[in-house]
Amino acid sequence: MNKQYIFVWEPETQKERPIYNTLVKIINEKSLTERFEVIRSPFIGFTTDGPIVRIMPENVIYTRFKPEDVEAIIDAHLKWKRLDKFILSYDNKHLPIPEKDTTSKQFKIVLRNIGYMDPESIDEYIMRGGYKALEKAIFDLNPDKIITEMKASGVRGRGGAGFPAGLKWELTKKEPGPQKYVICNADEGDPGAYMDRSVLEGDPHSVIEGMMIGGYTIGADQGYIYIRAEYPLAIERLEKAIAAAKEKGLLGRNILGSDFSFEIELRWGAGAFVCGEETALIASIEGKRGNPRPRPPFPSVSGLWGKPTFINNVETWANVPVIIEKGGAWFSSIGTEKSKGTKVFAVTGKVTNPGLVEVPMGTTIREIVFDICGGIQHNKKFKAVQTGGPSGGVIPEKYLDMPIDYESLQSIGSIMGSGGMIVMDEDDCMVDVNKFYLQFSVDESCGKCSPCRIGGKQILQLLEKITKGSGEKEDIEKIRSISLAMQKASLCALGQTTPNPVISALQYFEDEYVMHIEDKKCLTGKCRDLVEYVIITDKCIGCGLCAVRCPVKCITGEKRKPYLIDQKACIKCGECYNVCKFSAVKRG
Amino acid sequence: MMLEKETVKLDQGLLDFMDKWKDKPGKEIMILHKIQEIYGYVPRKIAMEVSVQLDIPLAKIYGIITFYHLFKLKQPGKNMISVCMGTACYLKGGNDIIQEIENILGVGVNNTSDDGLFSLEIVRCVGCCGLAPVMVINGRTFGNLQKTELPKILGEYSKAGEVGVNA
Repeated sequence: MNKQYIFVWEPETQKERPIYNTLVKIINEKSLTERFEVIRSPFIGFTTDGPIVRIMPENVIYTRFKPEDVEAIIDAHLKWKRLDKFILSYDNKHLPIPEKDTTSKQFKIVLRNIGYMDPESIDEYIMRGGYKALEKAIFDLNPDKIITEMKASGVRGRGGAGFPAGLKWELTKKEPGPQKYVICNADEGDPGAYMDRSVLEGDPHSVIEGMMIGGYTIGADQGYIYIRAEYPLAIERLEKAIAAAKEKGLLGRNILGSDFSFEIELRWGAGAFVCGEETALIASIEGKRGNPRPRPPFPSVSGLWGKPTFINNVETWANVPVIIEKGGAWFSSIGTEKSKGTKVFAVTGKVTNPGLVEVPMGTTIREIVFDICGGIQHNKKFKAVQTGGPSGGVIPEKYLDMPIDYESLQSIGSIMGSGGMIVMDEDDCMVDVNKFYLQFSVDESCGKCSPCRIGGKQILQLLEKITKGSGEKEDIEKIRSISLAMQKASLCALGQTTPNPVISALQYFEDEYVMHIEDKKCLTGKCRDLVEYVIITDKCIGCGLCAVRCPVKCITGEKRKPYLIDQKACIKCGECYNVCKFSAVKRG
Repeated sequence: MMLEKETVKLDQGLLDFMDKWKDKPGKEIMILHKIQEIYGYVPRKIAMEVSVQLDIPLAKIYGIITFYHLFKLKQPGKNMISVCMGTACYLKGGNDIIQEIENILGVGVNNTSDDGLFSLEIVRCVGCCGLAPVMVINGRTFGNLQKTELPKILGEYSKAGEVGVNA
């Protein structure tokens, strides 16, 4: 009855899982297996530099402790006490039903179960209210009522474009049957984003339940989850979840004794970013090269094997059970006027506490980056945030306090995207970052249409030219006109959005581009051909540390006298700049 | 060509898998994943044999292999080094990591060292951006990586590799 659950997350680098193994060992030795259950959990958040342990139902979170401290923690909890020394957070208010957490500014709907239950146990999912929404959908509601709820909720597609989900439900239902398909797009391709991976690893049943409600509503009996092959643990957990649901009679024929039947199969991606585009994804499930095709017809009319297909991404599906259970009106009370509910962001880059956050729509970037994630690492200065990955744009400092939703992001030249949020500091060069994104999009272009295939390559070459110091004044204009052609003429979203990062950087950081082109300078030192390291003689005390650390030994001088860098031999690695404790090395 | 006359015996695991999937639509990519899981890459002989047995044109199979980054046509080295080049890893110095590995091992990206011990590849986001920069060797993840750690890590693998070769 009074069972306690210990959820353990250890950094992926700790393959031996020292904390997990110690916990299991001690609990076995003390014959406490009836009392404690140890569960490996996906990333819980907070910090990445040590193990994190959450003990439920007390909801005490520990971090920064060693295997030898485990016994003391267990002893304390055996007496229903806490060990204050390693506590990171303690909060007994947690409830299984999502509620706004006023202290952390987060609001967990999609991440409601993550880190609170064993993702491999269907019983725990059910214990936490899982599959109730499905029951409600089948027995208390009917497809039309479900669509009314979905429309009332105002939820929009979380894959990036933000298409009103309720409308999609209605359109797909309207198409004549008999054969229709449901697809979950789990091809999370944005480099620097892992929201979907965490949901699939931490709460696979919520996605399955969402897809089943979708299938019931539109009249489909077959679902596919298209998942990246790079996510083996997510695949394993989904397979287990599907098998467990089948065993319980939640998947298969005549679900819960109704006349609704539904099956789900997995299909693996194979490392092609373009397959996140829905028509390319469908081609890939069909076993073909993942080439996109023009729309219309939209997949809701003619999708997988030419049949009406209902496709949503992981986060959208994970929202569905909560919307059905708590009602569309409840959901629409969260968020902004046009963007309802919450959004999960994967905050990474130069931020103190990188991790997943789920916040109501309308939260500001400042709240996310500074209040929740602890600000910029090493006290550096904030420069910009990139949302939407290679299809998105940058948000400069002046918009830190703008409430974010689909419209506001679009109005400043970025997009919501799937939820990647890359934080950049003063050491990051915009031209260099743009070059990175262009390189990515050029690699991933399928080559079917020429605006994307040729245009992307051309912009990339111009950027390379600029970062090498051969940029010309006209280059910016050239980039703009190629971008326009790509946006207007590319076949699919990949080509249409490839120029976005560059256009948005030109909007806010044109000075930086101009400096690269006209002054041939890169202040961050990222473009090595455009940087020079010089020792400021007034500041140099002659300690000689830079000379010791210089890998090519091009710094010379006498102790206690200013040193000198031989510019011809310098490889611009920046080591001297980083090691100098007296700011005597100038970069520029 | 001599190659075509040669009879190729397929791995039993692959045969079972093919049997399970043969009537399912869209099976091609899943079968290629299985081939790569067993052989480490997609050998031409195997692709030809599968093409015959499942009546899929060889051109279609090669069309898929060359479209998707994950499928390999060349046998990889004993140790596969995958350096992540997602955005977070790029910002935190993924490039430096690659350069350093190239310096240490003398092997370029998408190539295998002459002794067959190491292959180096760039991957797009392994999904642990919080640990950037990240490198994966044979499925083991190294996070918050620093250039200076590389000689030691690679040294361990090259030792282990030599033992494996001799044994």
